[in-house]
Amino acid sequence: MKRRTFLGGAMAVAVVGHGSSAFAQQSPIKIGMSMPQTGGLAGGGKASLLGIEIWRDDINAKGGLLGRKVELVVYDDKSSASETPAIYAKLVDVDKVDLLFAPYATVPTAPIMPFVKQRGLLLMGNFSFQVNSKVGHDMWFNNAPWGPADSWAASFLDLAQKAGGKNMALLTADQEFAQNLALTARDVAKKRNIPVVFDQVYPPNTVEFSSIIRALKAAKPDIVYVASYPPDSAGILRAVNEIGIGDDVKIFGGGMVGLQFAAVMSNLGSLLNGVVNYNTWLPEKSMYFDGTKEFFDKYTKRAIEAKVDPLGYYLAPFGYAMGEMIAAAVNSTKSLDQKGIAKYLRENEHKTIVGPIAFAADGERKETATLQAQFRGVKDKDIEQFRSSGKQVILFPDKLKTGDLISPFEAARK
Amino acid sequence: MDLLLGAVVLGVLLGCFYAAVSVGLSVSFGLLDVPHVAHPAFLVLASYGVYQLNDSYDLDPLLAGLAITPLFFLFGLLAYRVYYETFERRGSDAGVRGIAFFFGIAFIIEVLIILQFGVDQRSVTATYIGKSWRFGEFRVPIRQLVAFAVALALTVVLAVYLSKTFMGRAIRAVAQDEEALRLMGANPVRIKQFAFGIATAVLGIAGALLIIVAPVEPTLDRAYIGRTFCVVVMAGLGSISGTLIAAIILGVAESIVLTMFGASWAPAISFAMLLGVLAVRPQGLLGR
Repeated sequence: MKRRTFLGGAMAVAVVGHGSSAFAQQSPIKIGMSMPQTGGLAGGGKASLLGIEIWRDDINAKGGLLGRKVELVVYDDKSSASETPAIYAKLVDVDKVDLLFAPYATVPTAPIMPFVKQRGLLLMGNFSFQVNSKVGHDMWFNNAPWGPADSWAASFLDLAQKAGGKNMALLTADQEFAQNLALTARDVAKKRNIPVVFDQVYPPNTVEFSSIIRALKAAKPDIVYVASYPPDSAGILRAVNEIGIGDDVKIFGGGMVGLQFAAVMSNLGSLLNGVVNYNTWLPEKSMYFDGTKEFFDKYTKRAIEAKVDPLGYYLAPFGYAMGEMIAAAVNSTKSLDQKGIAKYLRENEHKTIVGPIAFAADGERKETATLQAQFRGVKDKDIEQFRSSGKQVILFPDKLKTGDLISPFEAARK
Repeated sequence: MDLLLGAVVLGVLLGCFYAAVSVGLSVSFGLLDVPHVAHPAFLVLASYGVYQLNDSYDLDPLLAGLAITPLFFLFGLLAYRVYYETFERRGSDAGVRGIAFFFGIAFIIEVLIILQFGVDQRSVTATYIGKSWRFGEFRVPIRQLVAFAVALALTVVLAVYLSKTFMGRAIRAVAQDEEALRLMGANPVRIKQFAFGIATAVLGIAGALLIIVAPVEPTLDRAYIGRTFCVVVMAGLGSISGTLIAAIILGVAESIVLTMFGASWAPAISFAMLLGVLAVRPQGLLGR
């Protein structure tokens, strides 16, 4: 071995050894969260967690935060709102975590909002909807692209009205998220003088939707806005296919959770065609930013081992983005002071793999980036088809748009 | 009027499906007095078995349900033997401890399903799923008609088996007076074990219907605990024909409420009916 090579190698070993011992000497930065690992929200929760874990591994490979390793402390909240208050109290008082990420979804997040506000803790929100509207916590930052409360319903009704829709049917699940969506939908409809001709709230665990869809059809709506949760979305679409929804309907969908998950999309296949539904990230040209492709390369490999959503479009990149924002704030403020981090997050625009994110005073996005996309040309039993563009054409927002609405709904299904 | 008629028709179909998923419990809980709270978990497990066969071999879900029936029979024999040896044989508090035992089994089944299949929803494909038959303006989902026909056949076969065959009568006898049967030289434990096997085997078909009617996920059993026990109690413990009638009443009530009065009232109405029946006839609709 040449002397120079030997010296270089020895120095490299010394540097790496020194670095890793320094890494080991300092206590890790602990980020705590609950996440649905079982129950109705588990499909999303697991994918979201994998996105966060990929960020953790990436940041640790780069030397961690403030020279300290990042560690995640995660508990299963079983998709239940009753579990999260105790979990977050434990994370703060027993596990002594440095930072908090919220669990995936509105239902488990809502009950911890008073707690984090009372303790003055920063909470990175994870795809909940309007949980801060009544609490008014100034250290809340939601990673979801929703934006102003009414923008979700407004974007759907914009499309509906352009297609000639004049009255609306509203079908919503009896839980926090869907009810918040319905509330804004009713408000927007009222402001625009769109009469609501059918307004039903269905209970959780509804087995069969045929009866409800028959009643909805009888009201002869031409806009159908549905806010449903994963177990129900498939049942509703099946019933729509079997019972029919009427030729008057110009647009159908809006707030159906579940139609973003690979297993559900694969199960429903061609039944999805024509549905216009919200989404967060789709493999369309307009949706790639710095690091997006690299993230999905890693996700795709790890999702198979972890038995989670093989596509992971809906939540996983936003979980990664939560980490990116926290990393930027911690590195810029050079501390773990939660007030300082909150100030930085509030005052700056953040580059992430899901695009630039800036927060309004309520901790939601300043501008909506929630997609409204229409399913087209979907075949049965083929997950891989969803990796290519054109299967979910983006109709809104304009800067990300990749096509126009096909209406009426029955025509779009063919 | 059309809406009401439609609601009644769809309710009868839904009710027959409820009968199919409850009839096994009518035997295990109603006749044998085993606090089988894992019944819906067994049901979901059967659905996953059907899913696996449908997904891997493209087998029709109903045939897949038939194929796993013998396996579920053996599973039932084993589950009862463990329950008997561990709890029932030991004393009078078997009921309370038995509930804990079956809750434990339900959790284990749930975890095993998650480990094997993940947490995502699963569904099956068949030519009759996602299509409907049209009667004028009225359309009926074919999957519900299939569930209706199979559920009806299943309930009738089980009722005939329990009332006409030697073994069926022995099962009824052991439910009525175990000690008398023992004095006549029969082995009540064996008969109960066999009956529990039958109650579990039925779930092969019921599990197929479950996944035909709607997609399944590992924790779906929690949604069916209330419904199945409600049907069995409302029917009158151990009454197979009562199970069918109670399930149809529940299905029709749910369907009418969903269609005519607002979906959020459906669970309340169902359980109000159960309380009403119990107030008027504590022994259930066809109980003795």
